[in-house]
Amino acid sequence: MPETAVPSAVDELKFRDPAKARALAAALGKVTREVGHAPVSVMHVCGSHEQAIAKFGLRTILPKGLNVIMGPGCPVCVTDLPEVDEAVVLAQDGKIIASYGDMLKVPGTAQSLADAQALGGRIEVVYSAAQAVELARDTTDDVVFFASGFETTAVATAAVALGDVPPNFSILSAHKYIPPVMEIVAEMPDSRVEGFLAAGHAAAITGWKIFERFVEKHRVPVVVAGFEPLDILAGLVKLIELVRDGTPRVENMFPRCVTPDGNRNAQRQLWRVFRTQGGRWRGIAHVPNGNLRLRDEFAHLDARSRYPIDLRRLWTHAPSALTQVCICGEIMAGLNAPENCPLFGKECVPESPVGACMVSSEGTCKIWYQYGGHPEL
Amino acid sequence: MCLGVPGRVLEVRGQTAVVDFFGVRRETRLDVVDEPVAPGDYILNHVGFAIRKIPTPEIGETLALYEMLLREAEHDIMAADVRGEIDAAPVAEDGPDA
Ligand code: SF4
Repeated sequence: MPETAVPSAVDELKFRDPAKARALAAALGKVTREVGHAPVSVMHVCGSHEQAIAKFGLRTILPKGLNVIMGPGCPVCVTDLPEVDEAVVLAQDGKIIASYGDMLKVPGTAQSLADAQALGGRIEVVYSAAQAVELARDTTDDVVFFASGFETTAVATAAVALGDVPPNFSILSAHKYIPPVMEIVAEMPDSRVEGFLAAGHAAAITGWKIFERFVEKHRVPVVVAGFEPLDILAGLVKLIELVRDGTPRVENMFPRCVTPDGNRNAQRQLWRVFRTQGGRWRGIAHVPNGNLRLRDEFAHLDARSRYPIDLRRLWTHAPSALTQVCICGEIMAGLNAPENCPLFGKECVPESPVGACMVSSEGTCKIWYQYGGHPEL
Repeated sequence: MCLGVPGRVLEVRGQTAVVDFFGVRRETRLDVVDEPVAPGDYILNHVGFAIRKIPTPEIGETLALYEMLLREAEHDIMAADVRGEIDAAPVAEDGPDA
């Protein structure tokens, strides 16, 4: 069972400034009532936000009538089956696959990377792209870095690709780009999302102006917020104010970290190496421009250009029947919650995940499981 | 994964900095950060790269948040993510502490 108790009242929360937290909670209650309809649903797109919300028991002090939903903010969770399959096939073909640890248990069509490893595949966990390069330097065998993460993490892959790498090193990119998926969620016919909370550190790279076009097109406000519990509460107050006033715009509530234009040096490196391409996000939809893929001039580093990758041999197996029950995609689209999945905490647990949302420390199902099953109780 | 971890720069060696992350000495690459970094500065490290320099007025508050996160028990996933961010930076080779 989950080991961490969820605090039940504002005074028990580990706020460094409980008085400020109480004031913000009261303001949030007031502004939510002033919206004039219930529930008001807003979405954040960041695993670290969800961790902080669950860890600090923030949902216990959210006003009734306010739903804070975690959207597709977990890059591991949206890695599609064929992307895992590509890594599995390369492992079967004898390549060394270097990957962030979370990727090992993500189910593919027939196997996860952990399964491939149990069958003799050489899978190495790394914490950074640079470690994957080091790994390649220490061997004459081919090393493929199975690269996952959103733009903040893709920046590190780009920096490595622009540096010195040995000839036996290549990249299999499963990197994803967040802004296009926000469009998809906003356009979903069932979507009741009235505002978005954007993650501070990702916006530190992209800058907050990147959301302006989105706001203009979809007429929903975006507020950039930090990870401290008080930052999240303050961000929510601002966001609901914008909902109440019907004034969709971008507000930066994390100015000490996020500037209008972001880290231009990082953006330059990111876009020199990567281009966007449409592709499926697991469980969600085809997301136009949602994938980051290596540009043609980096084909020599692109595992997809360097090696023939024949996925058909994995597709003689249908994915397991349990996988069909997984509602991960609906959860990430804000249409459902883990507690409504019949497998949650039963067949599907972090040790043996059925869906990708139970794999990563940023997945909604894993976070809820870890912090007591249902962090609103 | 994009939480990052703050640390104090001890030494700058070209495109690499030796950084103290809550008592752990590690190396961080400086290719991505968009400001000059000097010993005594605080940076935010994400998967082995400094992604930003932390402005001086913000250092105290940032460190307090992470200290609170790291004090949590071993099994806490947020603390584990922060430790993962520290592990993403390679162990620093010996050299004088600043
Ligand atoms: S509990 Fe498991 S099976 Fe159910 S939605 Fe979450 S990841 Fe999918």
